[in-house]
Amino acid sequence: MIELVNVNKSFADKQVLFDINAQFEPGIPNLIIGASGGGKSVLLKCMVGLFKPESGSINYDGRDFVHLPYEQVREVRREIGMLFQGTALFDSLTVEENVDFPLKMFGKMTHEERMDRINFCLSRVGLENANKKYPAEISGGMKKRVGIARAIALETRYLFCDEPNSGLDPITSRRIDELLHDITREFNITTVINSHDMKTVYDIGESITFIYQGKIWWQGHRKELDATRAHNPELDAFIAASQF
Amino acid sequence: MNKLFFELGRYILFVRSMFFKPERFKVFFERTIHEMNNIGVGSIGIVTIISVFVGAVTTLQTAYQLVSPLIPMKVIGTIVSDSSLLEFAPTITCLVLAGKVGANIASEVGNMRVTEQIDALEVMGINSSGFLGLPKIIAGVIMIPCLIIVANFLMVSGGILAARLTDLMSPNEFIQGARETFKMFTVTVSMTKSLVFAFIITSMSSYEGYFTEGGALEVGEAGTRAVTRSCVLILFADFIIAKLML
Repeated sequence: MIELVNVNKSFADKQVLFDINAQFEPGIPNLIIGASGGGKSVLLKCMVGLFKPESGSINYDGRDFVHLPYEQVREVRREIGMLFQGTALFDSLTVEENVDFPLKMFGKMTHEERMDRINFCLSRVGLENANKKYPAEISGGMKKRVGIARAIALETRYLFCDEPNSGLDPITSRRIDELLHDITREFNITTVINSHDMKTVYDIGESITFIYQGKIWWQGHRKELDATRAHNPELDAFIAASQF
Repeated sequence: MNKLFFELGRYILFVRSMFFKPERFKVFFERTIHEMNNIGVGSIGIVTIISVFVGAVTTLQTAYQLVSPLIPMKVIGTIVSDSSLLEFAPTITCLVLAGKVGANIASEVGNMRVTEQIDALEVMGINSSGFLGLPKIIAGVIMIPCLIIVANFLMVSGGILAARLTDLMSPNEFIQGARETFKMFTVTVSMTKSLVFAFIITSMSSYEGYFTEGGALEVGEAGTRAVTRSCVLILFADFIIAKLML
């Protein structure tokens, strides 16, 4: 479980996050939704340690990530997988080498064990025949799936996805949603997904956090969304504007 | 002035952040060998062309300036070999390498920054500056002095060739001039310069790439900045080393 307690973040004089308090449970997709510029990407980057919050704590199963010594932060980070908006695959490495990268860096496996794990991860995301291809040679959807395979290669406990559906067609987008949902359940991962795709929200949003102007505006299950939007104009405007 | 101190401080912190124990020595070693190949083997062609021509042109121009019949022609060999060892081989070669290797490193690292590949390394718990920068610095510090040794040899060879082809003097005469005043200390100065310049090129270029912000345009600008700053620092360091060692 990931718990955020009073997280605040500013850039120069501009405060971006205001007293964020939230819990993200394992085994279910936790979605953070909100308009662009609302602070959700900053929150995600604070959670994975790319930004340091001014105050507050981010607890990974009781370990305060913000205040841990550097070596222990690195230990926690090795339990984190992240799917970036632009996939962030290493373009000088093949698909296989990308998935192998965290295994080679941190795993204690033999070459054969690593190959088994790579093939398992790639088959789990439906990419059995792309091992030797370079990122430049595969489609956007395939890149996302390689990103997911790389993120789960080390038996990740926490998975973060920044706009996993951006730039994808509706069918591929749905496949990615299903994949993230299934992987989260199958491996009991704490998954946090940053999205402004309402289709994703209605399909897999079991825990939704709506961020508006750097504050948590609403939290709940997708089934509560329609009942809530009637008396939450900001949430209503966001859902209505998404043309879902 | 504030910006200068900010950049200087950030550069020093960046260089310091690289010197951590590598996460996996085998991967680090493989990356260093890969970079040695890129920086060293990949630059032999340009270093060869430049060195031969610089040696040849220096010989011809020195001969043009030595008009007195009292000065023996073998002095040209002395001048060409000494100036090659002390200045032309380390400085001109490294200025060219700043353009070739420096721009390459800055754009590679800068591209990794803008496509979030560096963020991906950080999220994995990898010291990204050390992982990306240190193999390049080690490879540069090993390979660039080797290239300078080759450049020294080729500049003198270019001089001999030019002297022979234009009937200025025989190769033996040229070599005799080069050997008569040869001091081992000039090689020490040459190697010291090449080590310092190699560090400047690789660390400055990694730094410029690492702190790129934006997109493709900014990656290009980082490459240009890496080259200009490396060149200025090389010339500055050249002066300091000459003052301290000679």
